Amino acid sequence: MGTTASQLGKDLLSEYQELTFLTKQEILLAHKRFTELLTKDEKDLPNTRVPAERILTLPELKSNPFRKRICHVFSTSEQKDGSLTFEDFLDLLSAFSDSATLEIKSHYAFRIFDFDDDGTLDCGDLEKLVNCLTGETDETRLTTEEMRQLINNILEESDIDKDGTVNLSEFQHVISRSPDFVSSFKIVL
Amino acid sequence: MEVDSVFYTDHSGRVHNNPLLDQLPSYQSLLYRRKSSTSGTKRRSSSRGRSGSSGSGKWGVSTVSRREEKQKSQTVQRPVRELATTMAEKRRHITQRLEEARELSSLRQLRQSTRRHLRRLRDDVYEWLSWLKLWRGDIHLIEGMFGTGILSYFSFLRFLVMLNLIIFVLMFSFVMLPLIIAPHVSGNITYTQKVGSVCSEYSGTARRGLVNFHEHITDLLSGGGFLERTYLFYGYYKVDKIHFPKTTYNLPLAYLLVTIAYLFLSLIWIVKRSATGFKRNLIQDEDRFQSFCNKIFAGWDFCITNENAVRLKRSSLLYELRTDLEEERIKQKIADRTRKERCRIYLIRLILNLFVIGVLAACFYSIYAATIFSQKVQMDNIKENFIVDLIYEYLPSIVITLANFITPLLFSVIINYEDYSPAFEIRFTLMRCVFMRLTSIGVLLFSLWSQITKCDDGPCVCGYNNKLYSCWETRVGQEMYKLTIFDFIIIVAVTIFVEFPRKLIVNYCDCGLAKWWGQQEFAIPQNVLEIVYGQTICWIGTFYSPMLPAICTMKYFFIFYIKKVSLINNCRPATRPFRASSSNFFFLAVLLIGLALACVPVTFSMAQINSSHACGPFINYNTSWEVLPTTVSELPGGIQKLLLALSSEAFAVSFFVVTCLAMFYVIALAGAHKRVINQLREQLAMEGRDKRFLIQKLCQAQRLSAIKSPVSKSRPRRSSPSYHTSFSNNFNEAVFLAHSPPASSTHV
Repeated sequence: MGTTASQLGKDLLSEYQELTFLTKQEILLAHKRFTELLTKDEKDLPNTRVPAERILTLPELKSNPFRKRICHVFSTSEQKDGSLTFEDFLDLLSAFSDSATLEIKSHYAFRIFDFDDDGTLDCGDLEKLVNCLTGETDETRLTTEEMRQLINNILEESDIDKDGTVNLSEFQHVISRSPDFVSSFKIVL
Repeated sequence: MEVDSVFYTDHSGRVHNNPLLDQLPSYQSLLYRRKSSTSGTKRRSSSRGRSGSSGSGKWGVSTVSRREEKQKSQTVQRPVRELATTMAEKRRHITQRLEEARELSSLRQLRQSTRRHLRRLRDDVYEWLSWLKLWRGDIHLIEGMFGTGILSYFSFLRFLVMLNLIIFVLMFSFVMLPLIIAPHVSGNITYTQKVGSVCSEYSGTARRGLVNFHEHITDLLSGGGFLERTYLFYGYYKVDKIHFPKTTYNLPLAYLLVTIAYLFLSLIWIVKRSATGFKRNLIQDEDRFQSFCNKIFAGWDFCITNENAVRLKRSSLLYELRTDLEEERIKQKIADRTRKERCRIYLIRLILNLFVIGVLAACFYSIYAATIFSQKVQMDNIKENFIVDLIYEYLPSIVITLANFITPLLFSVIINYEDYSPAFEIRFTLMRCVFMRLTSIGVLLFSLWSQITKCDDGPCVCGYNNKLYSCWETRVGQEMYKLTIFDFIIIVAVTIFVEFPRKLIVNYCDCGLAKWWGQQEFAIPQNVLEIVYGQTICWIGTFYSPMLPAICTMKYFFIFYIKKVSLINNCRPATRPFRASSSNFFFLAVLLIGLALACVPVTFSMAQINSSHACGPFINYNTSWEVLPTTVSELPGGIQKLLLALSSEAFAVSFFVVTCLAMFYVIALAGAHKRVINQLREQLAMEGRDKRFLIQKLCQAQRLSAIKSPVSKSRPRRSSPSYHTSFSNNFNEAVFLAHSPPASSTHV
């Protein structure tokens, strides 16, 4: 159950088509791009796991401020080091594809934004999220006052049960009303 | 810190784990699964197909018995790929479902497999259709470099290309094709003619004798001369009926119906395309349209790949957030205004609006004067020299373009003094620019018509000035043609002669001018207004010039590539971000305004102005519209009665009343839904507080019982050691709200 050599078997291809939201062309393109990341010896092994540093050289991920989180969320490795197998990579592309459902996208978006992996988005997560969006240097951050005002506004809009954090269902609820989400949460190779 | 536990702050603000909250069914159903390669661990089976109550994110709870799950999963089988799990897990589900399927009856198996095959077929069809989409690769590239805001402009452009193509295909197949194939299919064409009347003399501008080369160029650019009596213009279709072997084709009727059809088709297509955006606006009218959550959670375009674009996107997001936060503060300031200040502001706004109206009136008058001057010069046939002739021909277009260049700058200066909130400023300036652009076409047409229907001596004999405009529809068609060509020339010229030099100056010259001017920004609103203006001209002009949609299709086709090249080489993304969601809605709203504006002249000229007697398909009728009643009266009795009944007042009034009732019902329903939503929201907040209150009480009770019976401290807890010992050691079974957590429940 993995990919060997440089060709995908036909039944494996149709199995992937059923398990993901990707079309045949997209799966083949993903396979091609993934095998380009492998070294020569790794190409012969089935189910190779590519370390995060190499995944992050892909142009689609290289400049993304959430790249480390993305690798971490989709990785199935036990060491939690963000390394991806080909199937993890397909999962990643499937969640970010055009035809993925809103629920899948919002689920994975929640996990990507949950920086401390505790199941809710609390003030710390939100602050890290805003800093990721605006930039890491000092002059591109919001002031503490502005950050406080912003986080208060976000919690006011999304925290329905007023517990100070945004849990998954609140997040999905606010995303369902957000018109930009589906078009922006997209990565196409 | 236990990864999956819920934090609970008590009054002193200390955060500690609360295992009670962890056990609540609602929390357990929300916990997502960890992706773990240890497939041997007993997992919480949160993904055995969705149960019927598929809300957002509620999966099957682990505590439901297996039999119930099986029943539920049989009733609703979501496709496996919609589960948010790893590939290995999804495979397990497929094998499990196949096992379950084997236990089902053969009929159900057949149904399931057909459903699967149909789904696969549908996916293949969609894949094939999307492969056919025009410019996929280019748009993907632009998206990667500039994000979804600018992308929406280019997909709007692509939509207009398709729309114009469809309109042209309509026009071609119903109006031109019969004419072209008639000789080949032994059809007999009867031409229209009105003998004897003075109105039916056609004095076209066809040139005779030796023609200079540059006059051909003038003709090409102005639609006169050799182009006048071609398929390009209305005047060529001097056909009454085409008699094919089996049928008779009524060309005037077809011409009229196709006009109505393309306007209607455009309306339906635009409304359909804007339906999703509009629905969202309706839902969101209680929240701010650009809510903070939308900006933060959906703010990052994951498709951007360019390093530069990332930096710019970050700075534009920062700018947008700061502006919004500032806007909140300004709103507070506005609410705090005193009465005196408010009066002063209103007075200033009144004066400035009067000034704006004055400027608009001046522009409209200059367009009117330019049109009349240009028409007079063309009629008097004064030929000075090539360039001056062209300038006279294009004078209205030049004046319109100049006015549309100056007024936006003026508006953006004026709006600074009117002291509105920033978001409203942008929208108001845009509205003014839209109004200016689209009304200028209306003024041009109005001035044309005032010329056409004005005769020197009293009311016109033929209903129009037949001495000067023996074929006035062709003349109007020529003006529209000139507007289109000039618009295209301006876009190309601005790109070549303004944007490229600007880039060269800014990149290679270090002078103050370069710094002040700055790099070209791709201003989406202005670009959109340009192409909506062109599309409005196309809609108006298609009735007078049936090949205009084809010209517009090619024009937009080339504009795509010109804008793309200019964007990639010259421009940087705007510092003021234009959101994709609102922009789609804005584009289609402006396009609808353009369509509405285009319908007015067309219907007016069809219904009111006498069609010319010297050319065109409507010679035998007074107005273009008349062909419909005439045809209806020739129909068999039954259909005629039906059509007359449909157009009678009784039917119209009752239809109107029924539509009003339906509208009131829907509005009332929407209001009721909104009230229910508000109530539910309050209830949810209250439930949350109830929950926390109860848990607080429980914890107090635990503490009291722990103080009373300290013996249980030494007993080891059989659940995971991650819970805080102070709580977990003091539990007795009665305190558990749900069931005891299974081993390794919260860290999967």
